[in-house]
Amino acid sequence: MIRSRAITRSLPSLSLPKASSSRSRIVNQSRSLATVSDPPVRHYGGLKDQDRIFTNLYLKHDHGLKGAQSRGDWHKTKEIILKGDSWIIQTIKDSGLRGRGGAGFPSGLKWSFMNKPGWEKDPRPRYLVVNADEGEPGTCKDREIMRGDPHKLVEGCLVAGRGMNANAAYIYIRGEFYQEASHVQQAIDEAYKAGLIGKNACGSGYDFDVYLHRGAGAYICGEETALIESIEGKQGKPRLKPPFPADVGLFGCPTTVANVETVAVAPTIARRGGAWFAGFGRERNSGTKVYCISGHVNNPCVVEEEMSIPLQELIEKHCGGIRGGWQNLKGIIPGGCSVPVIPRSDCEKVLMDYDSLKDAQTSLGTGAVIVMDQTTDMISAIARFSKFYKHESCGQCTPCREGTTWMMNMMDRMVEGRAQEREIDMLLELTKQVEGHTICALGDAAAWPIQGLMRHFRPEVEARLAAFHAKNGQTLFGGSLLSEADTRYAIPDNLGGDAHRNVGQISAP
Amino acid sequence: MSFARSAIASTRAVVSRSGRRGITSSSARRSESLFVHRDTDYNNPSIKFEFTPENLKLAHDIIARYPPQYKKGACMPLLDLGQRQNKGWTSISVMNEVARLLEMPKMRVYEVATFYTMYNREPVAPNFLQLCTTTPCQLGGCGSTKILDTIQSHLGIHPGQTTKDGKFTLIEVECLGACSNAPMMQIGDEFYEDLTPETTIKILDTLAKGEKPKPGPQSGRQTSENSAGLTSLTTKPYGPGEFCSPEFQ
Repeated sequence: MIRSRAITRSLPSLSLPKASSSRSRIVNQSRSLATVSDPPVRHYGGLKDQDRIFTNLYLKHDHGLKGAQSRGDWHKTKEIILKGDSWIIQTIKDSGLRGRGGAGFPSGLKWSFMNKPGWEKDPRPRYLVVNADEGEPGTCKDREIMRGDPHKLVEGCLVAGRGMNANAAYIYIRGEFYQEASHVQQAIDEAYKAGLIGKNACGSGYDFDVYLHRGAGAYICGEETALIESIEGKQGKPRLKPPFPADVGLFGCPTTVANVETVAVAPTIARRGGAWFAGFGRERNSGTKVYCISGHVNNPCVVEEEMSIPLQELIEKHCGGIRGGWQNLKGIIPGGCSVPVIPRSDCEKVLMDYDSLKDAQTSLGTGAVIVMDQTTDMISAIARFSKFYKHESCGQCTPCREGTTWMMNMMDRMVEGRAQEREIDMLLELTKQVEGHTICALGDAAAWPIQGLMRHFRPEVEARLAAFHAKNGQTLFGGSLLSEADTRYAIPDNLGGDAHRNVGQISAP
Repeated sequence: MSFARSAIASTRAVVSRSGRRGITSSSARRSESLFVHRDTDYNNPSIKFEFTPENLKLAHDIIARYPPQYKKGACMPLLDLGQRQNKGWTSISVMNEVARLLEMPKMRVYEVATFYTMYNREPVAPNFLQLCTTTPCQLGGCGSTKILDTIQSHLGIHPGQTTKDGKFTLIEVECLGACSNAPMMQIGDEFYEDLTPETTIKILDTLAKGEKPKPGPQSGRQTSENSAGLTSLTTKPYGPGEFCSPEFQ
């Protein structure tokens, strides 16, 4: 697939009509006039240690200022700051960095929204907010970054903050991360003491403050506007957009919210050049990425790798393969719990980047790979996610508040098999009614895993229902048994009366 | 969490009713315990709560992080501070004190304290076990279900309960963000990762003796590296200016 795409992309440069060139290639094995050979197929993955940004991911070295400086942090930061906002943003744009928090929005572009024409006339303070509320099941990358390389994050706040002309940064870290928060706080204190941030940061004449704000256990606060609300000391309920945070954000001021990884890679990109970062991964998916692999692999781990590394290679190389071998694989959720699951056949083909996974009808998300082998009860695994979303829905929008509860209840019944066959489609319809009808993306995120399950594992669900029916008899909508129905009266259609009449053969006891 | 469980239980009850429906067919919502405060002898507004001088100083440091007109931004950190001082739970007096300190309407503080799950509004034991049971933990390692069974049988409590000796409280929580180290549990502030039934019992026994077990992965690995040997970051990390573009070398 990759190979053929590479060929089609190279065709226009041949300046030959597409059809004729491919035909001539088939007919004539020996090429006479056209001497252009196929471009070598580039293989992604195999990142060298010298190109890894997070060199203390496993906490093998000192995470304090001294250790960080010996690993190249805070090196010539003053020069970066003095380069100015447009240089920083252009470098990030050149690097092709896309937001690492899940949505994959180009970071340079996002940061440039803060510098609208005439922004200098706006007297309001301006904020960078770092989203360290890492709560997506499967994701544990920001944690390792904040434990091992907290100075990269603090320095990243300064560089990114300078790029968007921000006065201060708030790092919103989830409340459960105590060790991580203390490492980051230590880094902030050390940086203040060394004059690296605060007034006249790094001696550049730029004033910049960094504050830490600890959350208190709400997944929804990972959504950018909910996070802003939470820093303001309110319930974490997402705001309607527009106005976008770049216009009216934290404390009513222009704000940009960015993921830890996005911010933390900025200084290294600035020092090593946008072209270096853009050299990894496929076009539009450039860079390196911290992947976290969990579930049924032999050695689950967190690892920084090149973007566009094939999923299979990532698992074989860094995690010691699937338990019981690749053939024992059932499905993989490639980007944290809110993206759809893909079956083994897709896992063999996909590359770990935004576009390839989008083609496979899933998403890179946060790069959190959840591996499930043949022993997994796929229905129960997804049902657990539905419970998660039910628990974490903030309750602000009706479709999500009620929908997540409905989805959880229906999924719980599907785990047992206690459902009418038509309820699978009802459940899918329900997911469609939640998806896109809420303020934030939690509703969508709750819907997608179920859609993914039904897209690829529907036969398994149907078999589960059939097994239950074989044992206990047909069920009506809502899970009650037909055998227990009151047959003195017609069963109403909304309880599945019509379904059972249409089936016909099922006779009431 | 208890809310979620009771919701399942009540749905089952509806389901198992013999197809006959009352006027209302939706399940009863038994979640009011989450959002309603009832005065009890251990939790009522007349019990005095004040920050200790050290904590008060800390509180003012925290308040200084927020713009003066947005003092209420400090609501969450102060509630956390109050909870720490108040033996791990946030009583109504803690909330009132935070409201007074931040010049906020009390109701705004109650809103926050009920929204976030880390504010315990009922007393908890000194060893507060929070076991993650979300899918990655359910799958990884030996699976969180086994760990839950182990804790339940070892301590004789179910999620949401405290042991008779008042040493342990167990709850089930959603993803704690240590998925590559699954299954894991948070005790107090510390993460205990890569659990097996044996190490879980060892941890519980150590805690029961009043000692603190070593936090982090219990399998021997340091953090979340490949346990069979490093596959990356095997060389000495590069130093300042190395590999940088000429002007930053």
